[in-house]
Amino acid sequence: MNDPVQPAPGPGGPVSGGPGSGGQGSGSEPIAPLIELVGIRKSFGDLVVNDGVDLAVDHGQVHALLGENGAGKTTLMRILYGLTRFDDGAIRVDGAPVRIASPADAIAAGIGMVTQHFSLVGTMTVAENVMLSGVGLGRVDRAGAVAAVTAAADRLGVAIDPGARIDRLSVGEQQRVEIVKALARECRLLILDEPTAVLVPQDVEALFGAIRRLTADGLGVLFISHKLGEVSRISDRVSVLRRGRIAGSVPAAGIEPRALAEMMVGRPTVGVRRTDRPAPLTAARDGSADGVGAEVEADLVAARGVDVGTAAGPDAAGERPAGTAAPQRLRPPALRLRELGLSGGTARGRDLLTDLNLVVQPGEIVGMAGVSGNGQSELVQLLSGLRRPSRGTVEVNGIDVTGASPQRMIAAGLGRITEDRHASVVPGLTVEQNLVLEDAATFRRGPFLDSGAVRRHASALIERFNIKAAPTDPIGALSGGNMQKVLLARALAREPVALVASQPTRGLDVGAAEFVHTQLLQRRAAGGGLLLVSEDLDELLALSDRIVVIYAGRIVGDLTIEQADPRTLGLLMTGQRLDEGEVA
Amino acid sequence: MRLRLVLRGREPRWLVVLLIAIAVVIVFAVTAGPIRLAGANPRAAYQRYLITPLTSFTSFTEVLLASTPLLFTGLAVAIAFRAGYWNIGGEGQFLAGATGAVATGFAFPGLPAALAIPAGLLGGVVAGMLWGVVPAWLRATWGIDEVVTTLLLNPVALLGVQALVTGPWRNSQTGFAVSDSLAPGYALPTVIPDSSVHLGFPLAVLLAALIWIVMSRTVTGLRVRAVGLSPDAAAFSGIGVRKVHFGAALISAGIAGLGGAVQVLGVTHQLTPQVSDSYGYTGIVVATLGGLSALGVLLVGLLLGNITVGAQNASLALQLPPQMGQIISSSLLLAVVGMLVFRRYRIVRAPRDTAHQGGAE
Ligand SMILES: Nc1ncnc2c1ncn2[C@@H]1O[C@H](COP(=O)(O)OP(=O)(O)OP(=O)(O)O)[C@@H](O)[C@H]1O
Ligand SMILES: [Mg+2]
Repeated sequence: MNDPVQPAPGPGGPVSGGPGSGGQGSGSEPIAPLIELVGIRKSFGDLVVNDGVDLAVDHGQVHALLGENGAGKTTLMRILYGLTRFDDGAIRVDGAPVRIASPADAIAAGIGMVTQHFSLVGTMTVAENVMLSGVGLGRVDRAGAVAAVTAAADRLGVAIDPGARIDRLSVGEQQRVEIVKALARECRLLILDEPTAVLVPQDVEALFGAIRRLTADGLGVLFISHKLGEVSRISDRVSVLRRGRIAGSVPAAGIEPRALAEMMVGRPTVGVRRTDRPAPLTAARDGSADGVGAEVEADLVAARGVDVGTAAGPDAAGERPAGTAAPQRLRPPALRLRELGLSGGTARGRDLLTDLNLVVQPGEIVGMAGVSGNGQSELVQLLSGLRRPSRGTVEVNGIDVTGASPQRMIAAGLGRITEDRHASVVPGLTVEQNLVLEDAATFRRGPFLDSGAVRRHASALIERFNIKAAPTDPIGALSGGNMQKVLLARALAREPVALVASQPTRGLDVGAAEFVHTQLLQRRAAGGGLLLVSEDLDELLALSDRIVVIYAGRIVGDLTIEQADPRTLGLLMTGQRLDEGEVA
Repeated sequence: MRLRLVLRGREPRWLVVLLIAIAVVIVFAVTAGPIRLAGANPRAAYQRYLITPLTSFTSFTEVLLASTPLLFTGLAVAIAFRAGYWNIGGEGQFLAGATGAVATGFAFPGLPAALAIPAGLLGGVVAGMLWGVVPAWLRATWGIDEVVTTLLLNPVALLGVQALVTGPWRNSQTGFAVSDSLAPGYALPTVIPDSSVHLGFPLAVLLAALIWIVMSRTVTGLRVRAVGLSPDAAAFSGIGVRKVHFGAALISAGIAGLGGAVQVLGVTHQLTPQVSDSYGYTGIVVATLGGLSALGVLLVGLLLGNITVGAQNASLALQLPPQMGQIISSSLLLAVVGMLVFRRYRIVRAPRDTAHQGGAE
C-alpha cells in the first residue's frame, strides 16, 4: 500500500547541499536523492489534501506525478516551492533537511518551478524578466542577464532572443522563458505543473528534448501531467497521488497506462465506469507508440470506432452526412458565421479575423484546429458576446445575434465553454451561485432568490457531472479540473442549441476528459450543434464530424473527417498550402 | 471583539476576529503615547471614548444621533464598492442632498408635515443622484475612472454651497453665511422622547436592513456581487456590467443625498457650509471597516458615533483635545485595513487562481 521509496538517511553525514552535485549518477554507491519529501501533510480546513506524502526525486531523474483532478498534485508542488505552508512533514535536499517557507527558500535550495499560469511581465523583454527574478542581485546587470539567458538557452538546446518582448512570444516560447528563468537561478530540481497542457505537439517535442538534455546534466525534473502516453515516454519514474496519498511509485519503463489509470482511481476498469462509452479512445491514446504521429494515428482509428458506437444509438454514424442532416433539414443551422471579420492591431498589422464563413448544423460537431494565437480566442470572445465583430454576421438557431450582448446570445440558445476559466467564473462566489449566474432570474421566488431551488439545481449538476465539491464551496478553491466541470455543467444544463467549446478538456484527468467527451457527444446526439475549438488533434479527430483549420485569422481548410489526418491538418495549421491531390 | 460580525469572508472567522483584536491592540499602543502627552491616563481615556457614552441615556441617544449621517454615507459607499464602482464622492453628494432638501423647502414652504418631509427627503435623493450621475455616465460610456471624477466633485459641491449661502440664500435676518431656516413642517419628528434622535435614525436602520436583504437574498444582489468580484466573469455570464455600475452609482449617490437631506431636516434645519462634518469621507471608513456589508456598516457607524460622543466627553472631563477622537478612529481604520491586508494576502496565496494574476497572459 505504502510507496516503496524509503527515505534513505544521508550516507556520509550531513551533506552541505553544495552545488558540486555528483551529477552523472555514475557512482555505484547509493547517494541521497536530490529532493525528498517525507510525510508531507496539508489540510484546508477539514479537507486533507496531502496526507503523509513521501516522494523522492534522484539526480538526473524525470519523475512524473499523476493523479485525478483534485488529488492534491498542485498543492504538493506549491508546498515544495514554498508557495503553500504545510502542516507536517519534512523536505530534504541531498539528504539534509531544509526549511522551505517561501519561494526564496526554495530557490536557495535549488528548486525552480514553472506554474501553469506563467508569471512573466508581458511588456518586458526576456532578459528583463530574468533580471526581475533576481539574477544580478540588486544592481541592474543587463549584460549579465543577457549572458545568463544565452547560457541557459544553450543548456536547454533552444534559441531564445534575450531582447524579444514576452507578449510577442508564443505560449511554448514563454514556457521556455520560464524554464530559462529557473535555470538562470541555478536550479537543480525543476517542477513543471502540467507543462504540456498549453502546448501544441511540436512544442511538446521541443520541451521533451530540452528535458532530456537537462537531465543528462544531472538536473532532476518533477512534472505533472494528465496525459498517460507522454508520461511513459518521457519519465523515469512515475508516482501516483490518490486523494492526497501516494498510491504507488513505479519505474516508468514498460509501465502499462492501464495500470497507471487503475492506480489513479483505485480500482480496475477505469474509463468505462462513468460512461456508457467504450474505452478505446483513452486506451488508444495511452497505449503510446513512440512518436506523436503514430500515437495520433492509432487514436484516429480507435476513435472512429468509438464514434460509431456512441453516435447516439439509432442512426449509425457511418453515413453521418446524410444520416444526421436529413431529419434536421428543416431546422436552421445551430450556428452560422457569415463573412465574419474583426479588425485590430496585431504585430503583423493584419486583421485578427478575416471572412470567416462557417455553418454548424444541429447534431453536428465541427472541430476547429489551429495553433493557438491564430484567432481562436478572438472568435470565442466574439461568440461569447464579449467583443463585437467589425464585419459580417453571427446567427444562432436562425436568430441574428451579431454584436449582441452575452445575455441575448445565451437567450438565443448559445452555450459557451471558454479556455479561460478565470474569466468565466466568479472566484469569490460559491459553486451554486456560479452555476445559476447565467440565468439567475429563473431561480426567483417573489422578489427573492429561491435558495432551495438553487441548491437542488446545484446538487443535481454536481451529481450528474461528478464534481468534487459542495454547493457552498467557494469556487476559487476548486482544483482546475473541477472548476472546468462546473463550467461544463453550467453550459450544458441549459441544453444549448449551439455550443462553443474551447479547449474543454485542457487540464482534465483522463477519466474526466473522457467524461467531457461523452457529454459533448450526448449534446450532439440530442440535436445540439457544437463548435469544438481545440489544439488537441486527438480530441478533434475523435469527436468531430468536420474539421476546419484556422490560420492567421482565416479558415484555410474545411475537411470531412475522412479527409482529415494529422499530417494534412499539421500542414494547414502551419499555413502551408496543399496540392489538390493531397486532400482528395 | 465587538466587531466580530463585521467582516465576513471565506477565511475562517477566527482569523478575522484575531486580526481585528490585533488592530485594536495596535490602536491602544499607538494612541497611548499621545494621550499621555496630552496629560491624561490612557486607560481612563479609553473608558471615556468607548464605555462612558453607553452608560447614560442622554449620551446614548447622542451616539445614535451622531451615527445617523455616518450610516447613510456608509451604506452609500458600501453599495457602490460592492458593485466595484469606486464612489469617493459621498461628501459632495451629501452636500448636494442637503441643498436639494433646502431648495425643496424654499420652493414649497407651506406644505403640511405629512407632505413636506417626504418632499424634502426626495429632493435630497434627487439632488444627490444629479451630483453622482455625471461621473457614472462618464464611466459607463467612456470608461473614465470614477475615483477621480467623483472625488473632484466634492470641493465643487462645497464651493457651491458656500456660493449659495453667501449669495442668493444668505440669511435674511442675521446676514450670516447660512440660509434661512425651513418652515416647521420640514422638521423630522423625534422618535425617542426627551432626546433629539429623529426619524432619520430608524430610517437608516431600515435602509440597512433593506440593503442587506437585497444583497444577500435577491437575484439583483447576486448580480451586483458578481460584478463587484469579477466584472469579466460577470459579463461573460450575461450580466450587464455597465448597467450594474450605473445603477449602483445612482443608488449610492441617492443614499448619500438622502443622508444630507436627513441631516438638514433632522438637525440643522437650514443650509450651512458645515452641514457635513466630513460625513462623506468618514462614510468610506465606515463602509470599509464594515466589510462593505450593511450589517457591518450599522455596527461600525454606531461605533464611530460612540467614539465621537466619547471624544466630546473626554475633552470635557480629561481636557483632551477633541481631535483625539479622530486620531483614535483614524488609527483604527489604518490598523484594521492594515491587518486585513494580511487576510487578503492569505487569500491571494492560497487558491491557485488568484496567485498568479498579473502574470503575462
Ligand atoms: N486554498 C484552498 N482552499 C481550500 N481548498 C483548496 C485550496 N487549494 C486547493 N484546495 C483543494 O485541495 C484539493 C487539491 O487541489 P489541487 O489543486 O492540489 O489538485 P490537483 O491534483 O492539482 O488537481 P488538478 O489536476 O485538477 O489540477 C482540491 O479539492 C481543492 O479544492
Ligand atoms: Mg493542479
